[in-house]
Amino acid sequence: MTDTEAYYESSRCLYCYDAPCINACPTGIDIPLFIRQINSDNKDGAAKTIYESNWMGHACGNVCPTEELCEGACVYNHQDVKPIEIGRLQAHATDRVIRSKKKLFRTGKDTGKKIAIVGAGPAGISAACELRMLGHAVDIYEAKAKPSGLCVYGVAPYKLTNEEAVDEVNYLQEQFGFNVHYNKPITGRADFEKLEKGYDAIFIGIGLGGTSSLGVPGEDKQGVIGALEFVEELRMKQQKTPVGKKVIVLGGGNTAMDAASESCRMGAESVIVAYRRGPEEMGAYGFEFDLGKKGGAEGVFNVTRGEVMGDKAVKGVKFIRNKAAYGKIEAIPGSEFVEPCDMVLLGTGQGKQVELLEQISGVKLEHKSRILDDRGRLVVNEHFQTNNAKYFAAGDAVNGGVEVVNAAAEAKKAAHGIDQYLKK
Amino acid sequence: MADLRTNLAGIKSPNPFWLASAPPTNSGYQIMKAFDAGWGGAVWKTLGVPVVNVSSRYGSLNYRDNRMMGFNNIELITDRPLKDNLREISEVKKRFPDHAVIASLMVETREEWHNIVRDVENAGADGIELNFGCPHGMCERGMGSAVGQEPKVLQTIVEWVKEVAKIPVITKLTPNISDITRPARAARAGGSDAISLINTIQSVIGVDLDTFVPSPNVDGKSTNGGYCGPAVKPIALNMLKNCAQDKQVGIPISGIGGVENWRDAAEFILLGATSVQVCTAVMHFGFGIIRDLKTGLERYMDEKGFKTIEDFRGKALPNILHWEDLNLKYKVVADINKDKCIGCQLCYTACEDGAHQAISLSSDPADRKPTIIEENCVGCNLCSIVCPVEDCITMERRDDGKQHLTWGDRTREGNLPKTFDDPLAGGLHHWVPEPAEALAKVKPRHYKG
Ligand SMILES: Cc1cc2nc3c(=O)[nH]c(=O)nc-3n(C[C@H](O)[C@H](O)[C@H](O)COP(=O)(O)OP(=O)(O)OC[C@H]3O[C@@H](n4cnc5c(N)ncnc54)[C@H](O)[C@@H]3O)c2cc1C
Ligand SMILES: Cc1cc2nc3c(=O)[nH]c(=O)nc-3n(C[C@H](O)[C@H](O)[C@H](O)COP(=O)(O)O)c2cc1C
Ligand code: SF4
Ligand code: SF4
Ligand code: SF4
Repeated sequence: MTDTEAYYESSRCLYCYDAPCINACPTGIDIPLFIRQINSDNKDGAAKTIYESNWMGHACGNVCPTEELCEGACVYNHQDVKPIEIGRLQAHATDRVIRSKKKLFRTGKDTGKKIAIVGAGPAGISAACELRMLGHAVDIYEAKAKPSGLCVYGVAPYKLTNEEAVDEVNYLQEQFGFNVHYNKPITGRADFEKLEKGYDAIFIGIGLGGTSSLGVPGEDKQGVIGALEFVEELRMKQQKTPVGKKVIVLGGGNTAMDAASESCRMGAESVIVAYRRGPEEMGAYGFEFDLGKKGGAEGVFNVTRGEVMGDKAVKGVKFIRNKAAYGKIEAIPGSEFVEPCDMVLLGTGQGKQVELLEQISGVKLEHKSRILDDRGRLVVNEHFQTNNAKYFAAGDAVNGGVEVVNAAAEAKKAAHGIDQYLKK
Repeated sequence: MADLRTNLAGIKSPNPFWLASAPPTNSGYQIMKAFDAGWGGAVWKTLGVPVVNVSSRYGSLNYRDNRMMGFNNIELITDRPLKDNLREISEVKKRFPDHAVIASLMVETREEWHNIVRDVENAGADGIELNFGCPHGMCERGMGSAVGQEPKVLQTIVEWVKEVAKIPVITKLTPNISDITRPARAARAGGSDAISLINTIQSVIGVDLDTFVPSPNVDGKSTNGGYCGPAVKPIALNMLKNCAQDKQVGIPISGIGGVENWRDAAEFILLGATSVQVCTAVMHFGFGIIRDLKTGLERYMDEKGFKTIEDFRGKALPNILHWEDLNLKYKVVADINKDKCIGCQLCYTACEDGAHQAISLSSDPADRKPTIIEENCVGCNLCSIVCPVEDCITMERRDDGKQHLTWGDRTREGNLPKTFDDPLAGGLHHWVPEPAEALAKVKPRHYKG
């Protein structure tokens, strides 16, 4: 967004009272205020308003499903007028301060307390910033070589580039002076014990694991990969990522849609999204599917995958058609068919870090599906404290995988939970 | 079909739309181009002893993304030699015999006035406009608004002009005066055939926050300028009304100030103007706006059944009274059309913080549509003005229309509040009895800290 566009767009905001857009933002950013600050040429002030509520302000402005959140609540929708482009304005204001490297915040007075954070994703970084505001020292341990978690490894690159994601974290780190130890995965009991000894509290922000397997015969064939891993590879290698000519994406979630859109973009001749129920029941947002369709992807609905066909490499997927009966899906006998392809992307959701988390003494997991599959989510109270009082957690590891903005909102609350705990 | 032809004190033009004396009428070339586009008349950029101008010259008042809501300039009268201008006046008149060409003049001595009036008449001008309005640069030399602010001096100069003028004389008035009818009456007393108003309003348009220099910046310094553009229209309309209603003025008026579209023009005519003059809108958008001005006014006149400008000129004047003659018994209250309401709650916060606490919110945060508290509503219009949805808040009449009582009537009856705590006051019992409790309740949810 250029300065001129931002000026025009910010001019349109009505400055609603108790604005519904604020209430629809999980981090509760004072949207009319920051838009007014953009309009009065106070972009530093705008960025400060944004960051005060959301440490992932720039990432969120780019990746939030705003149609479902703030922009979906904008009063203009009731007038059949295009809602204010809140996300893009947010990205604009934060982009300006990130580029100018202007320091907007001062860290709190040193409390002498030290907190370890596991995972430098949106949850971990947000918690780190807030803890530094409260005066606590922070060390982050990150398994990978880059910060920002799924913002770098997962979210579709057209929404947010790696540079943008990393620049925001670097910008925050400059101001807040938390330490990040890269390539330092926490692997088990021994690591946890070390953290428990060295720190006053521990924050877990490790997200979910890799793509979980389907349990379908033939899924070990060449050309079958997780949708998440595909997007991750794409983000790291860009144009060099191999993509099939005929791609089948299995699943109906947002990750599946991202993978489908990206396959189209990378030059696949045909891309089919196969889902076991009707289009209206997909977990993906409508606009994500529309985007895929615009790119050329097709939907095949009410089908269950049977077997992945092929010798060494994948040649097709056998499906059977379904019908819905009494709320359940039932296979229609004799309706099997094989859809040829040379690549299968499994958009079947991420797995869980159950094995690792179970090694924290006293920590309980919840095995109740909220999103797609049976996920091991950490159990926390309203302060995001786990059953082991020293451990707090937020983000995908707790909510089972929602959005960046949820991780940011939860981690901020968790940091205050830690602060309260340390004051006791 | 509506007939737009206009006759102002004998100056005839095919329509009431004239270019005001300003940069768009700087040269014969521009005026010919304007007449080709459809303008009915042009008041030539003020002639006199040519000046030397500074650079830069203009400043703008923007409102959000709207540019030139208000416009400010520090230019003087023409900087071109008189003989060039006279030659071009003749050329324009030759090519456009039916269009109105009015020469704006500003000189000092009686002799100079006599000479220049004869010159422009000989060149073929249809009328003369005396510039007694320029609020900067010229007034320091005893011309422009320095004259317009002194009714006696103004009258004398009009008399000088009338001693020789054979064509109609319009006196252009400055708004930089508290009572516009005084110079207007003086113009008539001096024999002026018509008046035109308003010239620009003295102004400082804004200060650069980095250089600390107001705009326009001339080598690190600035000066007060003249303000015009859409923002001055209400001031112009009021002065127009004052002159049009004053029987001792009683001469035709050319209306100027913030005219941009046909609606503005129609308002000027409804308040008594015979022609309207346009400057800023042309400087902003060019001569082409005449197409909207003409077709819009024609359509309006056809719709209302007005055949000529005279059919509706001054039609709004009887509807402007003195405040003390307004009916105190007339009572309207706001009414929200909940089908149209989009729930922005601007009406709520405007009434709550800026007016009479007559709008309430639902206790259910999901229901964002406010409700009018009729007993608190004084019928001020504020909510309906801030509402972003057209015709969503309307003002509904609540009195039965049978009673009529004015402040004037009450004065005559001796029925007025006279002491500070008089029970006849209008705002009896208007306070929040428990502010602390009320304040706790109305704190906006999103105010941090
Ligand atoms: C394909 C895909 C697309 C998405 N698109 C969007 C989108 O458009 N918009 C949106 O808002 N959200 C999107 N999301 C969701 C969003 O990315 C997540 O909700 C968000 O990143 C969660 O943040 P987190 O910090 O909880 O976890 P993560 O982002 O997963 O970060 C966890 C971090 O912890 C590190 N880590 C993991 N295990 C260990 C360990 N043992 N030791 C040390 N470090 C460890 C990881 O390397 C990672 O850096 C998408 C997710 C996916 C998978
Ligand atoms: C409805 C209204 C009533 C006003 N009443 C008064 C008044 O009683 N006394 C006064 O000194 N000024 C009064 N003013 C003028 C304001 O104090 C102020 O000088 C003017 O509105 C210009 O400021 P603004 O346009 O920047 O708001 C009033 C203005 C408005 C709009
Ligand atoms: S954080 Fe996301 S939901 Fe909240 S205002 Fe910004 S773009 Fe909208
Ligand atoms: S709802 Fe829309 S118009 Fe109202 S404050 Fe929010 S962004 Fe602005
Ligand atoms: S200002 Fe108009 S649209 Fe907004 S809440 Fe009030 S009535 Fe509804």
